[in-house]
Amino acid sequence: MTVLTSEKDVENLTLTVVAEFDASRERVWEVWEDGRKLERWWGPPTFPATFTRHEFVVGGQSRYHMTGPQGQTPRGWWRIDAIDRPTRIEFANGLAGDDGEPAPGVEPLPSHVTFEATDTGTRMTVVTNFLDVAQMERMIEMGMKEGMTLAVGQIDALLPAVAAE
Amino acid sequence: MVVDNLSQDEADRVFHALADATRRDILTHAITRQQSVSALARRYEMSFAAVQKHVAVLERAALITKERRGREQIVHSNPNTLRRATELLGVFEQLWVQRATNIAGLLAGEEGDQK
Repeated sequence: MTVLTSEKDVENLTLTVVAEFDASRERVWEVWEDGRKLERWWGPPTFPATFTRHEFVVGGQSRYHMTGPQGQTPRGWWRIDAIDRPTRIEFANGLAGDDGEPAPGVEPLPSHVTFEATDTGTRMTVVTNFLDVAQMERMIEMGMKEGMTLAVGQIDALLPAVAAE
Repeated sequence: MVVDNLSQDEADRVFHALADATRRDILTHAITRQQSVSALARRYEMSFAAVQKHVAVLERAALITKERRGREQIVHSNPNTLRRATELLGVFEQLWVQRATNIAGLLAGEEGDQK
C-alpha cells in the first residue's frame, strides 16, 4: 500500500478514506465479495469478524458477528444497495440484536466504495455519511470500543511509515 | 450537548426550546455549521424577526450561542457537540485506516502464496 489519505468533514459528518493497493481491481474486489476474505479485514484488532451470510448482489443481505477478547459477540448486518463490478459498491451497515437480525431504532450507516485502476494497482475510496452524533455513538458502542482504542496506537505507528513510502 | 446537571429551570428552558419544529431545525443547522441569523432566516418562510425570536429561545436554553461579527450575528451550536463529532469521525477514520491496512496485508499475503 503506497498511499493512504483521509478527510473528516465535520460540517457534513462525512468521512472519506482513500487507499491505494498494489493489486488489480479484480483482486481488491474479491476481498469484498468473498466472505472468507472479508472477515479477515472487517473487524478491528482483537475483534475478528465471522460472516455467516454474505449475499453480494444488489438487495443482498449479510450477517456477521465479531468475537471480542472477553468473549463478547457484537453483531451486525449489511444490505447491498448497489454493485457495479469492479468499480463500485454501495452498502449499509447496521447493528443487529442477539438474534443476529437488524436491531430497530438505529439507522444503518451508508458507505459508498469506488475502485479506480491506477498505474500501480487500485485506488479504493470509501465515503461514509453519518446521520448524526447519536448514530455514531451507537455504532461505536457496539462493543468494539476496546478494539478501536487498541487500534489507535497501531495506526499511529503505521501512518508515518505509510506516508514515508 | 446539555450539561450534566440541569436545574429544573434550565431543563424547562431546554424542553421548551426543543418543543418547536422550527427551533429544532435551526439547531440542527447550527450544529452542522456556524452561520448568520440572516442566512438561517432565508431558510424559512417567516420574517427575520420571527427567526430571531426562535434563535433567542435557543440561546436562553444554552443550546446555541450568538456572536456579533461586523453587521452579522453568527450562531454557533454548543461547541461540545462539534468536538464530539470530530472525535467520533476520528474513531471511524481509525477503523477504516485499520481495515485498509488489513486489506493491504491480505493482498500481499496472497501474492506470497502464488509465488
